[in-house]
Amino acid sequence: MSRLPVRKTYKLYVGGKFPRSESGRTYEVEGANVALASRKDVRDAVRAARAAFPGWAGATAYNRGQVLYRVAEMMEGRKAEFAELTGDAAEVDAAVDRWVWYAGWADKLAQVLGSSNPVAGPYFNFTVPEPTGIAGIVAPEEPPLAGLVSRLAPALVGGNVAVVLASEHRPLAAVTLAEVLATSDVPGGVVNLLTGRKRELAPVLAAHMDVNALDLAGADGDTAELERLAADNVKRVVRNGEGQSPWHAAAFLELKTVWHPIGV
Amino acid sequence: MAQAPALPSGFELPLEPRLPRIGSVDQVAVEQRAAALATRSIKRESKLFALDLAVRMMDLTTLEGADTPGKVAALSSKALRPDPADLTVPPVAAVCVYPNMVPHALERVRGSAVKVASVATAFPSGQSPTELKVEEAARVAELGADEIDMVIDRGAFLSGHYAKVYDEVRRVKEVCGPAHLKVILETGELGTYDNVRRASLLAIAGGADFIKTSTGKIHPAATLPVTLVMLEAIRDVHEETGRKIGMKPAGGIRHAKQAVQYLVLVNETLGPEWLTPDLFRFGASSLLNDVLMQIRKQKTGAYQSPDYFTVD
Amino acid sequence: MAEVEKRQDRSPVPSAFEYAEAPESREIVRLEERYGLFLGGEWVEPRSAEFEASIAPRDEEPLAEVAYADAQDVDLAVGAARDAFANGWSDLAPSERAKYLFRIARILQERSREFAVLESLDGGKPIRESRDVDLPLSAAHFFYYAGWADKLEYAFPNRRPRPVGVAGQIIPWNFPLLMLSWKIAPALAAGNTVVLKPAETTPLTALLFADVLRQAELPPGVVNIVTGDGRAGAELVKHPDVDKIAFTGSTEVGKEIMRAVAGTGKKLTLELGGKAANIIFDDAPLDQAVEGIINGIYFNQGHVCCAGSRLFVQESVYEEVLAKLKRRMGTLRVGDPLDKNTDVGAINSSAQLERIKELVASGEEEGAEIYQPPCRLPEKGWWFPPTVFTNVAQSYRIAQEEIFGPVLSVLTFRTPDEAVEKANNTPYGLSAGVWTEKGSRILSMAQRLRAGVIWANTYNRFDPTSPFGGYKESGFGREGGLHGLGPYLELEE
Repeated sequence: MSRLPVRKTYKLYVGGKFPRSESGRTYEVEGANVALASRKDVRDAVRAARAAFPGWAGATAYNRGQVLYRVAEMMEGRKAEFAELTGDAAEVDAAVDRWVWYAGWADKLAQVLGSSNPVAGPYFNFTVPEPTGIAGIVAPEEPPLAGLVSRLAPALVGGNVAVVLASEHRPLAAVTLAEVLATSDVPGGVVNLLTGRKRELAPVLAAHMDVNALDLAGADGDTAELERLAADNVKRVVRNGEGQSPWHAAAFLELKTVWHPIGV
Repeated sequence: MAQAPALPSGFELPLEPRLPRIGSVDQVAVEQRAAALATRSIKRESKLFALDLAVRMMDLTTLEGADTPGKVAALSSKALRPDPADLTVPPVAAVCVYPNMVPHALERVRGSAVKVASVATAFPSGQSPTELKVEEAARVAELGADEIDMVIDRGAFLSGHYAKVYDEVRRVKEVCGPAHLKVILETGELGTYDNVRRASLLAIAGGADFIKTSTGKIHPAATLPVTLVMLEAIRDVHEETGRKIGMKPAGGIRHAKQAVQYLVLVNETLGPEWLTPDLFRFGASSLLNDVLMQIRKQKTGAYQSPDYFTVD
Repeated sequence: MAEVEKRQDRSPVPSAFEYAEAPESREIVRLEERYGLFLGGEWVEPRSAEFEASIAPRDEEPLAEVAYADAQDVDLAVGAARDAFANGWSDLAPSERAKYLFRIARILQERSREFAVLESLDGGKPIRESRDVDLPLSAAHFFYYAGWADKLEYAFPNRRPRPVGVAGQIIPWNFPLLMLSWKIAPALAAGNTVVLKPAETTPLTALLFADVLRQAELPPGVVNIVTGDGRAGAELVKHPDVDKIAFTGSTEVGKEIMRAVAGTGKKLTLELGGKAANIIFDDAPLDQAVEGIINGIYFNQGHVCCAGSRLFVQESVYEEVLAKLKRRMGTLRVGDPLDKNTDVGAINSSAQLERIKELVASGEEEGAEIYQPPCRLPEKGWWFPPTVFTNVAQSYRIAQEEIFGPVLSVLTFRTPDEAVEKANNTPYGLSAGVWTEKGSRILSMAQRLRAGVIWANTYNRFDPTSPFGGYKESGFGREGGLHGLGPYLELEE
């Protein structure tokens, strides 16, 4: 007689914990009952993200790079599980490689995106990139893992924290990635992952006054309405294309310019 | 500068008297402020007032190894009557000479409003034993100088021996008697505006009636920003204690236009109260003739030639 | 307000030592009676047939009639810009583009006196500022971006930059020509064409700039100048053939523009309002800090988005700083913008004056203590004296809202943490000032303040090489420096 497998419960990932939706709701997708997050779960996720922001933004770039690389190591160890969920081993390889690629950017972004500026006067003047804060990420529906990684990693590497709406139809790889994050050294709250209906949750995220950037890569339906909602606190609306580049990370970064007189 | 925390009764500071809070000066900002003030333009009537005032504030100076009784006599005559062709031009504030020349200057100006100032304390370097410097100041006072211009010991200051600097000022002040004490900081050797401010407060604490930028022997001598820093120190002391200290930029001021810029600086920093020879002096030699030329230009409307003004 | 006005009547301390009235001659400026729109390199009558006078804030003199564009006018302007983009400008060798910009920079330098006088006349700012700040910086901005035009590939490694297309640019009334330069120089350097909408109260230097373009022989349609009010701006924002919108102005309008652009895929940069904290620690060089406070809030009558309008003073030096500040305020010369001795000029418009008065009244009602130095204000024109509020609570409107006038709110703090917390406690994040002698504290504060520009031991400094722009509701995107190019380029792999 074959052994009955032990099934996984797919829950939300908020503040480093795996709660069920506060609404108690689930929806059946990919053969599992997945948490159907509510407006209040968005609220909780944003609150957790805000609490985690100073620590993550204030970590040294070297430390962030190490932590993110550790995530790739953990992903590598779960490749089989990811491949089973995505049905595409090549996608998993690409996702891990992309994560490693971004991890390596942590202590280089400021050198490529920053500058020292030769102003016409006795001042030292430099520009450094800084994280904008909380990135709301509406993850692409497909591919379920690489799509999410391509949007999440560039936000994290610059020191942002994230509230992610996972692929609605293929959320299991995303929740598994959350488990990877929980078992690597990423502090709780740096990434918060919600599963559920994007049409219900995305407007809440877009309108949230404590979210600083909104990535609409995976938004469906009325994205214009999401952009209009984002205007209420002048969110940075991110509309980057495919691929990987430091400018994908730059979309989530502010630039701070500092002046100081040069004198004796 | 109400900085001092309340101290328990009976508590004594190791150094006394206590200096006011020293603070610091930002070079770039102070130079910008001085440059901005230098662009002020003043009214025509005010210009005559300012030029007239500049004459009344002048310490007409000769401090040369080659000074002779004849040279000093000529200078003193010029001091009494700067422009023989225009008797409305007032006499200058003082003549400033070496100690040996004090009697010769006094001979000419005695009985007039023109004062005799003399340098002392191993001018210009100040690199002599304290006892000698104090003795020299006492002798200069005995010779009858109305004002004594001493130098601070920059060697002591720059090596951090502030107490020695302070102590010398205090001891010189004690032997000055009724003579006014001007303390020369020689700002061109101090290196930073922070030091200028520190030395200003040290000199004032030691008993200076005036603080003065320079000996005239070192370049740079007086500049607008250095003067601004010193005026701000004077202002802080006045606001803290009510004491009114005078200011004397010296050296490098050759043109009437510069003199007016200094007066603007004083007016903006300390207000019109300080626009008097009792509280502001110019230490200069060639400035006077340029001011005289400008006064005549203001009165006649014609630009002037130096051939019509005596070189003394 | 009655009380405030009474205080203004006190005349200054009389002195034999007075500054001359040193008016800059306005002879150098020759204005037309009426201006049309500058479209496709020509002056055209507006289809709207609507004109309004541009008024001099110093004496309410109508200076010239200026066209108010409507939708049809904006459409023609965008058409001219599109035409110029497609037929020549985007194919022009970048090195040739550069030369046009160099020419513009030089002509601005040569005609700077004329522009400075007109800027002060039309906008009310002191000639000292338009002469020493606005004009040199405007010319420098064109000079800086001119050099970038044929070097773009070095700015974005591993990418092929190409122009976006037609840029619609809407600028404010506080630095009319300088904001024009901030907008047009990078746009043209990147190979775009432009439709520029100046502010309705200060259109004249932009219209004079059209003459600079004529002298530079810039191809027709590369820059089009469409005057008018917010309606023209709104038409420009929603025009389907505009590829990029750049706006400098209020946060409120910025949000409207964001909503209007939503879903269109247009590129957008916003430089919006601010309520900057200027933080004075007890070890600061106090006299220079006071100059920084003055320059921070009274520069350009406080009509500055990055104005240091919230002063945070460490309690241990509060009394000393306040005494020095008040004394220094007493030496500010308020008056004719064309007088070279004037420090604080006229308020840009009667509407802005009303807004300032309304907020100042709210400050008094809420319980803050007002101080205004004795100064005599001219009878004609729009004026407001330098004002400082003490006893201000963080919750007062004057500590929260952008006043955009010569009004400073003073608050205190005890520790660096408290200063950071209070300074960041605002939806804005454009700029901040820090004054302290301690190097490590400067860097720590600079790092923790959430603002796009940090002035440490200085304030209100600008330079074409230095990126400028805000965090949070102060907008996004940067103007100036290498970073100012990005918003005008598509980066292809």
